[in-house]
Amino acid sequence: MSADIFEYAPAPESRAIVKLNSEYGLFINGKWVSPQSKKKFSSINPATEEVLAKVSQGNQADVDKAVKAARAAYNKVWSKTKPKERAKYLFRIARLLQERAREFAVLESLDNGKPIRETRDVDVPLSAAHFFYHAGWADKLEYAGYGDNPKPYGVVAQIIPWNFPLLMLAWKVAPALATGNTVVLKPAETTPLTALLFAEICQQAELPAGVVNIVTGDGATGAALVNHGDIDKVAFTGSTEVGKAIATSIADRGIPATLELGGKGANIVFDDAPIDEAVEGIINGIFFNQGHVCCAGSRLLLQESIVDDFLTKLQSRMAKIRVGDPLDKNTDLGAINSAAQLSKIKELSESGTKEGANIWSAPCSLPAKGFWYPPTIFTGVTQAHRIAREEIFGPVLSVLTFRTPQEAMEKANNTPYGLSAGIWTEKGSKILWAAQQLKAGVIWANTFNKFDPASPFGGYKESGWGREGGRHGLAAYIKGAK
Amino acid sequence: MRIDVMKTYKLYIGGTFPRSESGRSYELKDKKGNFIANPALASRKDLRDAVVAAKAAFSGWSHATAYNRGQILYRMAEMLESRTEQFVAEIKALEGVSDSVARKQVQDSIDLWVWYAGWSDKISTTSGGTNPIAGPYYNFTIPEPLGVVGVIADEKESLLGITRGLAPVITSGNTAVLIASERLPLSAISLAEVMATSDLPTGVVNILTGSKSELIPWLASHMEVDGLDISGAEKKLDGEIKRAGTENLKRIYRFEKDASLKRILSFTEYKTVWHPIGI
Repeated sequence: MSADIFEYAPAPESRAIVKLNSEYGLFINGKWVSPQSKKKFSSINPATEEVLAKVSQGNQADVDKAVKAARAAYNKVWSKTKPKERAKYLFRIARLLQERAREFAVLESLDNGKPIRETRDVDVPLSAAHFFYHAGWADKLEYAGYGDNPKPYGVVAQIIPWNFPLLMLAWKVAPALATGNTVVLKPAETTPLTALLFAEICQQAELPAGVVNIVTGDGATGAALVNHGDIDKVAFTGSTEVGKAIATSIADRGIPATLELGGKGANIVFDDAPIDEAVEGIINGIFFNQGHVCCAGSRLLLQESIVDDFLTKLQSRMAKIRVGDPLDKNTDLGAINSAAQLSKIKELSESGTKEGANIWSAPCSLPAKGFWYPPTIFTGVTQAHRIAREEIFGPVLSVLTFRTPQEAMEKANNTPYGLSAGIWTEKGSKILWAAQQLKAGVIWANTFNKFDPASPFGGYKESGWGREGGRHGLAAYIKGAK
Repeated sequence: MRIDVMKTYKLYIGGTFPRSESGRSYELKDKKGNFIANPALASRKDLRDAVVAAKAAFSGWSHATAYNRGQILYRMAEMLESRTEQFVAEIKALEGVSDSVARKQVQDSIDLWVWYAGWSDKISTTSGGTNPIAGPYYNFTIPEPLGVVGVIADEKESLLGITRGLAPVITSGNTAVLIASERLPLSAISLAEVMATSDLPTGVVNILTGSKSELIPWLASHMEVDGLDISGAEKKLDGEIKRAGTENLKRIYRFEKDASLKRILSFTEYKTVWHPIGI
């Protein structure tokens, strides 16, 4: 760490609370089963490269078994369970997650590499809140605006990413169950452990067998799930590339999909913004969760008159970001989730330099083992640069400038994505004007990266199909709803 | 004996009535085999021009007040009403139906334009909302129009089919490219005359006549088209159209019900805005 930063004594969270098995099976029909593939792969701690556990590689036969279990549970149990009883199962899950919150937070940090401060204060409490919120909907769906008799799809295939493993599970499973569907969930290859711990929560909640099935594996497992002939709906969060492949593969089958995909969010700072707050907001917008955030504010648009002052403050703040041990409560920026993601970040950053932008990284020391990337900004970025167009999904910010509000809107909207945007100004009418112009599903004014189960989340354009959260998110799991 | 002045049925792009740039047309006959017209056989280039016009019109139309859009749709109903005889005659000639059946179709269409005219300033109220989040933020969600929506007219009930597709798309602020019925294109072109006299801004609706099988793939793969109503396309084409649409993740729907709020909402996106509360 650089000299002008306070030295803190290490404050590591104990990992004793987490009791990992050395190996995990698949969670199908309420039981742990060995994979038909007979294959296991390691889930590692990206901060140390230590193997945490061996998990199962689900193949087509495993997926088939899970879908059959979900179908049977739907037909025989879940569709016959009264909505108010469905609600109570979800309330139970919410409470159990709260009771075991610290355990989930530590395990999420270990498996994902994100700081304990975030798993403890964001991922886990929001996951519990998501179940609590949707529990209340289960017996009130006829008031949600989707007709007097809203019906579930049946069996839903759900595929989630590695950036918020438990939270994305909650975003998928809670609304699906609340509306009366059963699910087969495929966690991300590099972060399966909190989903497997969640299986224990399902058991403790006495959720009927087969209502939630969890099949771990890689992309091939996900493809087998999407291509299974007996699923009624697909819900996917991940890259736009895979999202398009899923859309293509289901085109002939007439089943719907919810897709939460990539983004290249613009965080726009006008000259009349509260500058110090904006600096904090930009930092949070791109360095929260190592920038592994689909709605990250990865493009900073600065009004020309404040560029020099703003960048000085931003760099000074970046130099104080604490990078290191994810389990240390002082840590701001943890490990990059995988070697593959690190090389993608490096490749895109190199393209930025090659194409003529200027790179600056915070002067922090990085641990020797594990996958790390320092907080980095590029200035002198043009709209044509790859770092202004492609999702880096790492702690790398591209800075562009504008002169007029109209120019800011044009630049912000000049992307095939449309997930998020940020607006920084003290002028209320300008906020509402900009919010109207921006083609994005979530707009944060004088704040960024805020989430809530009651707030719909999802993108315009190539950032996906549909919404998750809030009344609007229910439509994803109610037959024919829009 | 007076010789009739026959109408030339052309395309409607950006508020003008051009022939196809390809110079092509196709012969249209009535049920008895008598010649009626040579409508334009639109090309890929015409389609692209139509999308350009629709795209250019989007900003103005989507930011017009909802009240203004409602008045313009209502004005279209007024213009349709006053041209009832023209539409009745065209529908009788092409669809081979009786005067009363044709008249009923025109009247139902007029009433449907009125219904959707009244929706423009209620969509946000019924379908948006404020969200009670756990923190000091004011948070609201509103539906916004998608952008350019392609509408494929069905091959029966020409005027009514067009109305079912177009009205819900434009009432929320989208702009549209309509591929007219191949067999029954006259109502579509005559409807363009209604639009041209209703203060509907140029480019909000653009109409192409011609071969559906030629035009639909270009429409489905066009990167500036954001949504598609494929209710009027053959069902066997669904897979092909959806695959072509994945390149820009088009919102593609086939509707069962003739008129519904869902038809409007399907071509909107929900935008959620967070604003801090504090002093």
